[in-house]
Formats: sequence, C-alpha cells, structure tokens
Amino acid sequence: MTASKELQLKEKQEVSSSAEQTHPGLVFTPAVDIFETDQQITLLADMPGVATEDISIDLREGVLTIAGQVKPWKKSDEEDVLAEFEIGKYYRQFALSEAIDQDKIDAQLNDGVLKLALPKAAKAQPRKITVTAG
Amino acid sequence: MITRSLFDWPASGWRNPLLQLEQMRKEVEQLGSVLLGRQGSRPGMAGVFPALNLTEDKNHFYVRAELPGIQAKDLELQVYGKSLSIAGERKIASEGENAKYHRREREAGRFSRMIDLPGEVNADHVDAQMTNGILTIKIAKSEAAKPRQITVK
Repeated sequence: MTASKELQLKEKQEVSSSAEQTHPGLVFTPAVDIFETDQQITLLADMPGVATEDISIDLREGVLTIAGQVKPWKKSDEEDVLAEFEIGKYYRQFALSEAIDQDKIDAQLNDGVLKLALPKAAKAQPRKITVTAG
Repeated sequence: MITRSLFDWPASGWRNPLLQLEQMRKEVEQLGSVLLGRQGSRPGMAGVFPALNLTEDKNHFYVRAELPGIQAKDLELQVYGKSLSIAGERKIASEGENAKYHRREREAGRFSRMIDLPGEVNADHVDAQMTNGILTIKIAKSEAAKPRQITVK
C-alpha cells in the first residue's frame, strides 16, 4: 500500500463567466471528479459550507448546472484576525454528450461533497460489438 | 542624552503608550494586506493546507477551515499553549476498474497545520464541529486575555 501523499494548498478558483450575477458576491468553481461506467455518469463536487436546501441542480438541453449557496457564518460581533479564504457561491456547468434518464437522477450531499448519479438513457448504453474474423 | 531625546520622541514619560500604538498600526497593516491581497501570492498566507479563517469576539476565538469530504473521525485537533494544531487525512473512495474518468480535480491525502492564536486560551473549553464540510473550532479565551473595561472616574 503506497503512503498517502501530503495535500497541497490550492487557491479557490473564481468563476470568470460572461453572465453577471444579480447579487454581489464571489462565485467559485468547485473541484469535481467525473467518471462514467456503462450504466451511469457520476459527478462528485466539493462544495463545503453548502446545506442540502441550498443546492440547485439543473439539466436541460444537455447542459448540467450545479450551484450552491453558502450562508455566511460570521456573527456580527466577530472580528477578523486572519482570513486565508473567502466564501461565496459555487457554480459550474458541464455539457453532457450522453443522453441521461432524467427521472432517475440521484443527488446526495454528505460532508460538503455533492454526489450526482446520472444514469444513462437505455439507448445510450454501449453495446459491445463483436468483430468476427471473416 | 541627545540620542535618547531624538529617538525616544516624545519625552520618555510618554514612550510606552505610543510604542503600543505603533505595534497596533503594524498589525492593522498586516491584516489589511491579508484581506486585500487576492489571487496570486497572498501576503500572509502560510501556504499550508488547510486555509484557515481566524476571527475573535470578546470571549472566544473561532477557527474555520473548509474540509469537504473529511469526517470527524479522520481529524486530529490539539490545543497546547497558544497553538492549535489541525491534522488529518482526506480519503477518496476508489471507484473500481470499470470507471473511466473524464475529470479528476479533487485530491486526497494527509494534512497537518499548526497556527498560533493571538492570545492565551483556556484549553478546557474548546468546541469543534464539523458541518457540511466546514470545521468550526470555538476556543474560549483565558480570563487574562479577555478585554477588560476600564472606567475612568
């Protein structure tokens, strides 16, 4: 078993998007892992500080949008001593090339990680094509 | 005698309060550069995972870190003297050989960080909570470190 490596500090990535927000505030891009199996595509996004009711997931016209609101946690009489990260919304969009069965999308939020299971529509599941020597 | 009056301005009787003001000014400047510095090399950043926000009110220090996907059992917190140490490991489940990755941006691994608190603390009254991937540590200040109101008669 290989030894675990050390986690490196990374700056939070801000979104540079063409659409401006109506509310002022920072918008960050959550780190995601996307992988697929034959049956589904799974997306895992790190969105710390977002509660279940503040997540919005939208899939239309082949574009998947995940967004999360973070409620500010500082009480009014708290003063900053050191601020190494800022908080703000999370927002990211992906263009999906597969047809997804929208009725069976499953989303779970645990410990600030969103796990989105997108089952592929039956016709999009790969069929193995056997090659016969002829 | 001449050097004293040049460098200990104003008269030596007033030296101590102004020295403290000078130190406060330097701290405010440092804090300003931490808060205003943005992308790129931020002055004051330790460069160690995790990034921490430290705030205080009259009776407590609050330390917050974004630690998504980490459970309380994988965290080790210690308070001794004026230092707080946060260590742990982030584990990411492996998905099996059938999974084909399109993107892989999240990282797993160990981390360990120590931070000095700006005042004396009462190590018996430390409360730590892990909610939605945010770790919030509430540390009670020791009695000596709480600000004391001084009434002027």
